[in-house]
Amino acid sequence: MYNLVEKRKWYYLASAILIIPGLIVMIYSTVTTGSPLRLSIDFTGGVIWEMRFPQAVQPAEVRAVFVEKGLTDTAVTTVGDERTVQARLKAIEDATKAQLGDLLAERFGGLEELQFRSVGPTVGREVARTAGIAIAVASLAILLFITWAFRNVPHPVRYGTCAILAMLHDVLLIMGFLAIMGYVAGWEVDALFLTAVLTLIGFAVQDAIVVFDRIRENIPKHRGEPFEVIANRSLLETLHRSMVTQLNAMFVMIAILIFGGATIKQFIAAMLVGLLSGTYSSIFNAVPLLVSWEKGEIGGFFRRLVGRGATA
Amino acid sequence: MRERNVVLLAFIVVLALVALWIDLPIDHPEWTQKLLFWQPEGTRDLELKQGLDLQGGLQVLLEADVPEGEELPDGALEAAKGIIENRVNGLGVTEPLIQIQGQQRVIVELPGIKDPDQAITTLKGTGLLEFVEAGDAFLQEGTIIRTSLGGDDLASSFVITPTAAVTETAVAPSGEVYETIMSGKHLKTAGVSTDEYGRPQINFELTNEGARIFADYTRQNINSFLCITMDKVVISCPSIQSEIPDGQGRITSQQGFSLEYARGLAVQMRYGALPVPLKVLNNRTVGATLGQDSVQKSITAGVVGLSVVLLFMLSYYRLPGLLADLALVIYALLNLAAFKLLPVVLTLPGIAGFLLSTGMAVDANVLIFERMKEELRAGRSLGASIEAGFSRAWTSILDSNLSTLITCAILYYFGGAFGASTVRGFAFTLGIGVLLSMFTAVTVTRTFVRFVFEVAGEKLRQKRWLLGV
Repeated sequence: MYNLVEKRKWYYLASAILIIPGLIVMIYSTVTTGSPLRLSIDFTGGVIWEMRFPQAVQPAEVRAVFVEKGLTDTAVTTVGDERTVQARLKAIEDATKAQLGDLLAERFGGLEELQFRSVGPTVGREVARTAGIAIAVASLAILLFITWAFRNVPHPVRYGTCAILAMLHDVLLIMGFLAIMGYVAGWEVDALFLTAVLTLIGFAVQDAIVVFDRIRENIPKHRGEPFEVIANRSLLETLHRSMVTQLNAMFVMIAILIFGGATIKQFIAAMLVGLLSGTYSSIFNAVPLLVSWEKGEIGGFFRRLVGRGATA
Repeated sequence: MRERNVVLLAFIVVLALVALWIDLPIDHPEWTQKLLFWQPEGTRDLELKQGLDLQGGLQVLLEADVPEGEELPDGALEAAKGIIENRVNGLGVTEPLIQIQGQQRVIVELPGIKDPDQAITTLKGTGLLEFVEAGDAFLQEGTIIRTSLGGDDLASSFVITPTAAVTETAVAPSGEVYETIMSGKHLKTAGVSTDEYGRPQINFELTNEGARIFADYTRQNINSFLCITMDKVVISCPSIQSEIPDGQGRITSQQGFSLEYARGLAVQMRYGALPVPLKVLNNRTVGATLGQDSVQKSITAGVVGLSVVLLFMLSYYRLPGLLADLALVIYALLNLAAFKLLPVVLTLPGIAGFLLSTGMAVDANVLIFERMKEELRAGRSLGASIEAGFSRAWTSILDSNLSTLITCAILYYFGGAFGASTVRGFAFTLGIGVLLSMFTAVTVTRTFVRFVFEVAGEKLRQKRWLLGV
């Protein structure tokens, strides 16, 4: 039997290598902009205005119209084709918007409003706070649920904790991915992103539960075997399922990525990264962590850390 | 056991056919409406409801504009909601949504509205209507004037104090105060009709007192201008042609009103000021083009994605894969039927949630089939392996789906606070999907597999490649 669990320290290292670049970008971003991610108007407040003109336009020309009206803090980018642009600006009055619309239509020979979204700054702050609470509550609820579901195995709390740790791995990875994409491609994090993170929590935990469930079944079957062997056996037995399920979910997501509307592409890309991370972390983090814990390696690691600190 | 399976199979077939019939985009007979007692009255039907992001429209979040820490009077928000409903109905929007959110907010969704800016003005407008004496001076439409009615004492009844619009567009005459002859309280009704050129105009009828004032005034001031203002903005400035004795009048515009503008104006005239001032907190407008585009693309993405999944399952698991594919099709039928029955308002993230839930529906089958193969490899008989596959996989299917349902519930609960229906829509469709998938992936597939095993068990034992082993 191939020993997958044995090399667990390498997996922890691999996870760290994957997470650290994103973490660095997030820290850098927090220092320079005050927020780890590029936040959309859902969290900061402001206006997103998407419009289509009868002919191709230069974003700079469109921006000039906003600047003329004194809205110097406006960013204009093209979306999809060259006729469609998106303007991001601070909140404006209805009347100012109407004037801008007229002016733009006059200058570029007509205008079709595709989307207009305006969020007040108070609402933005509330959304950001609620998001944090929602993730915390979801984590706690899942921890409690797993502890309850695995109440018949020794140390059920460890199962829940390892699932949550694997999940935090996914959340960190996906946030890092978005932070990097924020710098590279200007991606912004909106309320929908939150949905991606929370769904991901569900998916990642689902993967972990499937393997844990096999461990739960195998413990009484193979009495006398060390936990490491049982965990390894369970991992290998469920590996096929993990791969097939992963593939199926990827088929759907890649289809949405290729054929779906531009508005949810970033959302699905974030989910895809999360899904890959979720499968990886349930196999290479959740179960190995459980083994490390059962073998007392985690306590030993901390003791060594503290001991080293004391002698240094 | 055998008979029970046949009954179950018949039940599944009937269920699938009913779902298919509900899903068909046909006009369903009227008696179906009577059965849908849980749906809100008046809109009971089997149509697929599209959210704002799919069909275009306007969503605004309004907040009571009171100083921080100040409590709203009891029932004020409910009253404001009622007035907004009246105004919205006047706009002629089908299936608007007006909801109180928390202590101070009202959320208004107007699908399919053509002129969102006009709609917002109508929603939050005070509707202070005045007839003012302009003498010989014709006042341009859009001019903002001062009138003898109300000064600062009226300010409290103003919803939105004139904002940037005033300072920028107004050609305010130098401090002149125009005499108010009548105000909105003298108005009985107002409505929209078309004038002799087919342009929209506003008809109004005055109260008895109003009619008397109007008759006297028009008789004495023939040929001078009588301007009609809404919230101190001139909307029309006709000259008096003759005495109007019966209190029936009309407002026309030289430039011509758009139908939506005229309707909005009539609504404002009919329903007076809001009990609390409201301000727009969030505003989201989606053009119809973008929505149509999204629907088309989502359908393509869904069809392609699901087809690949179906093909993969068939090629990887062979016969059981085919049965799982059948179950997956039934799952999609049931899901769509549930959307129509409940009803679920479909949004773009909602569609994504539905597509993702199909992935989880397949996952249950994958768990079962992998287990089946394992048991077969371990040398168990075919029948025993099938039963073991289903019973052993069940615990992990249940636990993992429960954890996803917990996440959905939390998303749904907190999603309401995000001011957007998108997060809730996603959680709701994903949740329905998880629940239905437990039925189709386990019960339906098991019934199919047992049936096929009973009918052709002997052949299967000989041709094991059919099982993908």
